[in-house]
Amino acid sequence: MELIEAIILAVLAASTPLLIAATGELVTERSGVLNLGVEGMMIVGAACGFAGAWLTGSIFIGALFGIIAGTLMSLVFALMALGLAVNQVATGLALTILGIGLSGLIGAGFVGERITPAMHLYIPGLTDIPLIGRVLFGEDAFVYFSLALIIGVWWFLYRTRPGLILRACGDNHVSAHALGYPVLRIRTFAVMFGGACAGLAGAYLPLAYTPFFIPGMTAGRGWIALALVVFSSWRPGRLVVGAYLFGAVTILQLHAQGWGVGIPSQFMSALPYLATVIVLVLLSRARTGGSTAPAALGTVFVPDR
Amino acid sequence: MQAHQRMLDPTPNGLHSGEAPLLQTIGLTKRYGDFLANDSIDIDIWPKQIHALLGENGAGKSTLVKAIYGLIQPSAGEIRWQGAPIVLSGPSEARSRGVGMVFQHFSLFDNLTVAENVALGLDGKESFKDMSARLEQVSKTYGLPLDPRREVWQLSVGERQRIEIVRALMQDPKFLILDEPTAVLTPQEADQLFIVLERLKAEGRAILYISHKLEEVKRLCDTATILRGGKTVETCNPRLETAASLARMMVGSEVKEVKAAAGRQTTVPRLVVNDLSLTPSEAHGVRLEHISFELKGGEILGIAGVAGNGQDELFAALSGERLSKDPGTVVIEGIAAGHLSITQRRKLGAAFVPEERLGHGTAPRMKLSENALLTGHAASGMVRHGFIDTAATLKTVDRATETFDVRKAKRDPEAASLSGGNLQKFIVGREILRNPAVLVVSQPTWGVDAGAAAVIRQALLDLATAGAAVLVTSQDLDEIAEIADRIAVMFHGRLSAPLATSEATREKLGLLMGGSSLEPKEAAHAVGA
Repeated sequence: MELIEAIILAVLAASTPLLIAATGELVTERSGVLNLGVEGMMIVGAACGFAGAWLTGSIFIGALFGIIAGTLMSLVFALMALGLAVNQVATGLALTILGIGLSGLIGAGFVGERITPAMHLYIPGLTDIPLIGRVLFGEDAFVYFSLALIIGVWWFLYRTRPGLILRACGDNHVSAHALGYPVLRIRTFAVMFGGACAGLAGAYLPLAYTPFFIPGMTAGRGWIALALVVFSSWRPGRLVVGAYLFGAVTILQLHAQGWGVGIPSQFMSALPYLATVIVLVLLSRARTGGSTAPAALGTVFVPDR
Repeated sequence: MQAHQRMLDPTPNGLHSGEAPLLQTIGLTKRYGDFLANDSIDIDIWPKQIHALLGENGAGKSTLVKAIYGLIQPSAGEIRWQGAPIVLSGPSEARSRGVGMVFQHFSLFDNLTVAENVALGLDGKESFKDMSARLEQVSKTYGLPLDPRREVWQLSVGERQRIEIVRALMQDPKFLILDEPTAVLTPQEADQLFIVLERLKAEGRAILYISHKLEEVKRLCDTATILRGGKTVETCNPRLETAASLARMMVGSEVKEVKAAAGRQTTVPRLVVNDLSLTPSEAHGVRLEHISFELKGGEILGIAGVAGNGQDELFAALSGERLSKDPGTVVIEGIAAGHLSITQRRKLGAAFVPEERLGHGTAPRMKLSENALLTGHAASGMVRHGFIDTAATLKTVDRATETFDVRKAKRDPEAASLSGGNLQKFIVGREILRNPAVLVVSQPTWGVDAGAAAVIRQALLDLATAGAAVLVTSQDLDEIAEIADRIAVMFHGRLSAPLATSEATREKLGLLMGGSSLEPKEAAHAVGA
């Protein structure tokens, strides 16, 4: 019982940064922009988030720092890919490289420092229920926020007019422009939202997951978040399933190593990444019939004036 | 007729007995760098009139309507609405004043539903539910049936246009602009559209109708303004003109007539397709179903049909861009070629001209000589011992330039720098100069001006006279009727039995294009022809 509860708690904690970052990228891609710089925005968010929390002693301000840092990074991307119509793939990769370097610089002074991690909810009685108590009522604020965020994004995309306009930009930017919608402005907001989410997801790692900062601590989570968006076929509901599935693979391989399964630990550590590759291959094979990706994804748009 | 008299009034401000036109442009000019897309254009739009806007590609029609719809800002001149000068900040302002627009290249979103598409064209002041209810009501009132819950990619081209029209009508426009609305319709669908337009006119709305089809303009429109090179050439009553006189005003000179050499002899079958079926490679592609035909040397077969009925897929299967598992489905010069690559098919004597000039027919940023090499490397002696013979590639460019009157700034420019018509002449010329036994050409004169179109059609006829088998896919029925010996129609991935051109009336072709079959007796007769 104890072990199962511990595993579920660990899975939720491991999945939350994936879910937050992927939610942001889902909105970005739904507007027709492919930002491959998620990993870079996350790692800068992690460094700035930790710095903010260490300097002020407040997890909330740390998270805010992470959000601002991720947004600023995404603005660099927006300037290049939207303002100057540079190739989005190249810009996104460059953003990741920039982010890894920048985070090392920002975080250099903080390596080895510790903070008090984010508090977990405690409701007497409810949280004490065996097995489900801590899972449902004993999480940190990030976990609850990530679920509220994805529900909010679903509601925005499918139930509001701005959401419809955003999807329209992702489907056909020429038509959206012809109808008089400011495609580039809408996309800039979508990219900024993606950056804010990536920054927050990055900040989650040193603020709640492990209470210290080490360079490169995102360890490829940004890439998994990108793969998750494809895995979800750009739908918020499937994104939640995917994020928890990948979180579970990450945690289970740790436990499998602990149980002494006779497989080299390097292979087990590679499992989440392997799972990403397999899912992507299966999805691309299974894709017949209707198109799932936003039709304008990754294409450059220059309005004629 | 009375209203028409006003239109002939040459006074530029158009004021007439205290009444102002609904919309008026005065000296409207749009400059892109050194290029004048619109050069002080004056046009008056009156209520209860269908006003045609005529001109060749690049004459400035699209620029003018974009300015009227607020999509671009004019460099000079003014637009007046009911007599008062206005500046349109964007399409939503134009819409709020009562200007509606139906785009030539639909401004629809394939992966959204009909209702969502309509909602995006409105200003969002009413709830989605109210809007959907009104959508059903408007579509019923005007006889334009639509299912609001379907996604656009599932719909036919005619249905897509209905969405555009209903979307425009839902704003209750005083003035409706239609950009080449019949280019994608079957003759029957076009007739349906004309009924709707006549009704809108009777309701007191003004309509600006852009079209290349002069007969249609003569039948439908009360006034015509003709643009050439960005300038207004003439405003006239199209009913008092002939199609030839209208064409002359558009082109600025006589359009040469295409002539087929008399007594063309058909020889052996050069391209045979046997029961070709193919699943599409793309998400929204069309499945080819049991396509069979035989094409002899000296013969031109025209394939008509509304775009998106499998023409692209057929071209891919014939050219070798898509391979067939069964080699016998495509036979070129007596050799089973269904499994052969493009290059191997070229070596058998086949040549291919795809619809898309930039990106498919040529690599836009490469020079013409390099583009000549790209299709000619296999069978035209441009490669020696594995090295490119630059002199030979340049010679091909020169020959194509000379034979087909390709106009360009320098000897060997980038493909993208040529105008559409000149690039098309180059592409067709490049293939014809290889003396192919079989030429498969898709939309040979799409978006090409009348002069270049005549050159290209003549070249296709001459090639057939020289003994080649020519397969032409086109949506332009007039073009097919002009050059083809037999006509077949594609619908939903199936190809009808070919009709002799003399028997293929517009009515018969229209029925086939809409998916109806002719009486079995007649169809059987046509196969024998």
